[in-house]
Amino acid sequence: MTQIGHNVSLAERAWRIRRNALRMGEVQGQGYIAQALGISDVLAVSYFHALNYRPDEPEWEGRDRFLLSIGHYAIALYAALIEAQILPEDELETYGGDDSRLPMSGMAAYTPGMEVTGGSLGHGLGIAVGMALGLKKKSSNSFVYNLFSDGELDEGSTWEAAMSAGSYKLDNLIGIVDVNNMQADGPSTQQLNFEPLVPKFEAFGWHVARVDGNDIPTLVAAFDAARHTDAAKPRVVICDTKMAKGVPFLEERERNHFLRVEPDEWSQALTILDAGRPS
Amino acid sequence: MRRSKYDRPTHLANSGGEGVRLKTSAMIASIAGPDQRTAPAPFGHALVKIATSRPDVVGLTADLSKYTDLHVFAKAYPERFYQMGMAEQLLMSAAAGLAREGFTPFVTTYAVFASRRAYDFIFMAIAEENLDVKIVCALPGLTTGYGPSHQATEDIAIFRGMPGLVIVDPCDAHEIAQATPAIAAHKGPVYMRLLRGNVPLVLDEYGYEFELGKAKMIRGGNDALVISSGFMTMRALETAKALAADGVDVGVLHVGTIKPLDEATIIREASKTGRMVIVAENHTVVGGLGEAVAGALMRAGVTPAGFRQIALPDAFLDAGALPTLHDRYGISTAAMTESIKSWL
Repeated sequence: MTQIGHNVSLAERAWRIRRNALRMGEVQGQGYIAQALGISDVLAVSYFHALNYRPDEPEWEGRDRFLLSIGHYAIALYAALIEAQILPEDELETYGGDDSRLPMSGMAAYTPGMEVTGGSLGHGLGIAVGMALGLKKKSSNSFVYNLFSDGELDEGSTWEAAMSAGSYKLDNLIGIVDVNNMQADGPSTQQLNFEPLVPKFEAFGWHVARVDGNDIPTLVAAFDAARHTDAAKPRVVICDTKMAKGVPFLEERERNHFLRVEPDEWSQALTILDAGRPS
Repeated sequence: MRRSKYDRPTHLANSGGEGVRLKTSAMIASIAGPDQRTAPAPFGHALVKIATSRPDVVGLTADLSKYTDLHVFAKAYPERFYQMGMAEQLLMSAAAGLAREGFTPFVTTYAVFASRRAYDFIFMAIAEENLDVKIVCALPGLTTGYGPSHQATEDIAIFRGMPGLVIVDPCDAHEIAQATPAIAAHKGPVYMRLLRGNVPLVLDEYGYEFELGKAKMIRGGNDALVISSGFMTMRALETAKALAADGVDVGVLHVGTIKPLDEATIIREASKTGRMVIVAENHTVVGGLGEAVAGALMRAGVTPAGFRQIALPDAFLDAGALPTLHDRYGISTAAMTESIKSWL
């Protein structure tokens, strides 16, 4: 496991990731802030507890692969990659701008540490299946993590890949589903009901855990179990998260898939976040 | 125009009937003539040959290994063959993932499924990333009598719009055997139209050698120039022989690579004065080789003595026996010969 700054708690990491995301959001004045705040704890556990990587060598062959299927969550991943020292912090202010390495929707060709191009939803898990097959063929011990969203459960391709991963018994593949129950048109389960999710994945041959995606100790235990179980199965950690977690006035917005935030509200949001900084 | 489904077949409705009615036959009807030389599964055997020196080559299919000749590879290298099930979106995504891990996937399915169903997955996961994935698809154009569900009449039109994707449309077994290692050596995504099973052998007689991105004159001719791809080059050569008997001298320029198009050779040959240019393709008139050639000539300011297309109509084609359909839609040798005669 790679550890950058052993003395920094995962809660502190998550707080810093949220802070990076808010600062990037302010650059654009709007965006997928709520998703970023919601998934920060999962990213903190991923990058500072679970994943094996080298910050100065993003394409190191021995790394665990972390795929961002949900391209619009790029703001969240950039925030984590900055915290992981894979990206320099001063590029944060270029987010979504001309010539930036940090486009609004994540693309592999633009950003160090970005393994795939997401955005066309429902692509990540299938690519993860191919990478997991490839790693096995190379006798690699690396894991492939694929972060995808509850909205992507609407896509048939996600289930093609889920069935394939089960069929090939890909025990080097770890899916992470962000269930924040919010899509472009409203609550995810009201667009296309994907529940009950645990028995669905179990029926597809997966080792399944469903946890509070904003509870760090629970996430750590779930990730550990996913990595260390002996089951010859792909693993999925279904994370129920809260949109805009950590900034209550944004949490309360009814429709927060794409947040428009007034200029004076950014400093309020940062102030609130800073007040809750883990000690 | 298709008949109403409530009209019974004419030969049954009119007592006595007339003529012989051909049968649809199997999904993949052979395009080889009765006495034609053929080679079995040229793609499968070529891939096996490449795989001996290229451990990075792997094969993936969506439940169509037998119908794309990939079963030959699967038998020779079972540990390098991935059956992805009837899931074409996954097929392309998984190929992208394998390519990201340093492998060179050869992916097979039918052309309709790759072009229509899996387009986004090829576009974003493979082409946008310039990954080394070779997509090799059977049933291009009108090579089955099963109707529009299996007739990829517009696959080239669809794929020409994809940046960075190389498109190859081989004529025969000789060309497939040469094109397969050529696309394996090429860095980047490729779509190759596949003729499978017992595939006609034609171009070896002409000393043809495939070069990726090059169009080649197969036969000279002063009265007309046929620019063709795929098995329509075989038909063009048969047509040229038939017309030679009538004293008409037809040249044939074979375009094995549709994209990138060898515009220089096309412009050079089309600029030779006094020749009508006829583009012949196993594809709809929309968006294929014909329009690509027309665009290239217009941009270059080249105006040949005439310009015609021999191609499939912009329509949902009929089901039935392949020879009947090739005659009906003007891409059989007989129909092509008649068309060219009437134009000259």
